[in-house]
Amino acid sequence: MNIVAEHLSYVYNQGTPFAEKALDDVSLTIGEGEFFGIIGHTGSGKSTFVKHLNGLIRLPSSLKHFKKPKAKKGRPAPVLPSLKVGGFDLADRKTDFYALRKRVGMVFQYPEAQLFAETVSEDVAFGLKNFEKGMKEEEIEAAVKDAIEVVGLDYEAVKDKSPFDLSGGQKRRAAIAGVIVTKPEILILDEPAAGLDPLGKREIMDLLHRLHGAWCKTVIIVSHDMDEIAENCTHVAVFAEGRLVYALPPKELFAKADELKELGLDVPLTSKLCHLLHEKGIDIDCDLTVDGFVRAVLWKRGGAR
Amino acid sequence: MKEVSFGQYYPVSSFVHKVDPRLKILFLIGYITAIFLAKNFYGLAACAFVLILVVAFSRVPVLKVLRAVRGVMILILFTAVLNIFFYRGEGDPYFQWKIFAVYREGLLFSAFLVCRLILLVTLSSMLTYTTTPVSLTDGLESLLTPLKWVRFPVHALALIMSLALRMIPILSDETDRIKSAQMARGANFESGNPVKKIKAMIPILIPLLISAFRRADELGEAMEARCYMGDKKRTKYKKLRFTWRDLLAFLLLAALITGVVLLRICLGGVI
Repeated sequence: MNIVAEHLSYVYNQGTPFAEKALDDVSLTIGEGEFFGIIGHTGSGKSTFVKHLNGLIRLPSSLKHFKKPKAKKGRPAPVLPSLKVGGFDLADRKTDFYALRKRVGMVFQYPEAQLFAETVSEDVAFGLKNFEKGMKEEEIEAAVKDAIEVVGLDYEAVKDKSPFDLSGGQKRRAAIAGVIVTKPEILILDEPAAGLDPLGKREIMDLLHRLHGAWCKTVIIVSHDMDEIAENCTHVAVFAEGRLVYALPPKELFAKADELKELGLDVPLTSKLCHLLHEKGIDIDCDLTVDGFVRAVLWKRGGAR
Repeated sequence: MKEVSFGQYYPVSSFVHKVDPRLKILFLIGYITAIFLAKNFYGLAACAFVLILVVAFSRVPVLKVLRAVRGVMILILFTAVLNIFFYRGEGDPYFQWKIFAVYREGLLFSAFLVCRLILLVTLSSMLTYTTTPVSLTDGLESLLTPLKWVRFPVHALALIMSLALRMIPILSDETDRIKSAQMARGANFESGNPVKKIKAMIPILIPLLISAFRRADELGEAMEARCYMGDKKRTKYKKLRFTWRDLLAFLLLAALITGVVLLRICLGGVI
């Protein structure tokens, strides 16, 4: 499922003194199979953008009472925003948003806040029972077991535990299991590693790599952490003040260190090291992952490959 | 998330916004008294004039002010209809059917009541349009100070009120986040019978309750860590002070009440 967004705009509290423009004419395409990163400051519109992708925020034209804006004198009619996710046209009121949400999984920031059931396995089964009405008990159990195991929890140990008795990192993984249990084609995660220790972060990122391809064709992460983005993503979009500024592969993006600094964004550590080495007269060409950087440095030294 | 703007507060800067909240509360009480002291349309006209002044100096759009009346429209219509048909006047009725009768006095009286209600509701809503919930609680605490002499925990009450008000937008944000998360997992809050709808709320309510308790705990600890000890010798961050604006508002109120009383004595009742 490709995602094609054109001229997306969104204003919170339209028509009140609290009105706030969150998205401003964003056009972006995310191809199937990508590990896509979205970066930007708080309030840059990145979360608003991803909420559009599974219809939690609707395009105006998909709402009841929508009136097509008319062309004013001397000005052409405003371009209506459009958004297509695979075969779903989100600008159309008749779209089955329920079916869409099954195919597009969304993990919110601090997803452990959504845990509610008495046991972990019940909580994980919640989405499955909602989407797959009439699924047999054994099938549900098998799917829940798969999901809990793929996120790296011990099914037998946690299935009858209360989700509130798990540790922080375990809670987060249980919550992610509750989203991926339906095997969505596109998985969106808002700051999946926020608030975890370095090891926890590493584990979540490893988990996403395990999921990417095997469980979910496309993974989209929203993040503040440039190292995380450089290490994992195939493509990165940069948002600032509701607008899309860049959509590039990480290597090309982080070459624009000065432009990013102007937007108040940092570059990953590997990119800083490349820059320092460049000042010393050593040019390193690498893909900005830690492994890639080390390999390139060693190669430059003429040592081991 | 940001869709919920709490309360009615209309954030602009104006004369009325800057008046001391204590005086605004007193003004409202005085104004209500004046409305009930008025016995004829001239008295109400004086009240209406003051209301127009207040609205004009508040920079709140008139349409927004009128919206407050819409909220109690049913009550107003009910009062009007009841009075039109059941008020027993002298002379011949315009219209009679069984126990229902329309008299001239009934029409006048119900018009009078409707005006009274509209004025009452409109000025009360002006208070919430122009005063933030926090300064409203501040004003209330200050006005209730005399109750401290009878050991009534005024400060604690005010603290509870302002904390509750402060938490509303936070919890409503949280509700929205949790609701989105459960909707993304296929939860359906709109369709089904009432029992089903209530059951559908559980995945929202439990996480919300847990987070509310957690927040309360954290807040309590944070306050204790900063040596909060109740109202023993506490100073205020925003000290309320009366200014020339408050004097003007007070004079306006005094003039209104005097005027209404004079009109009542000189011109008599409505009928």
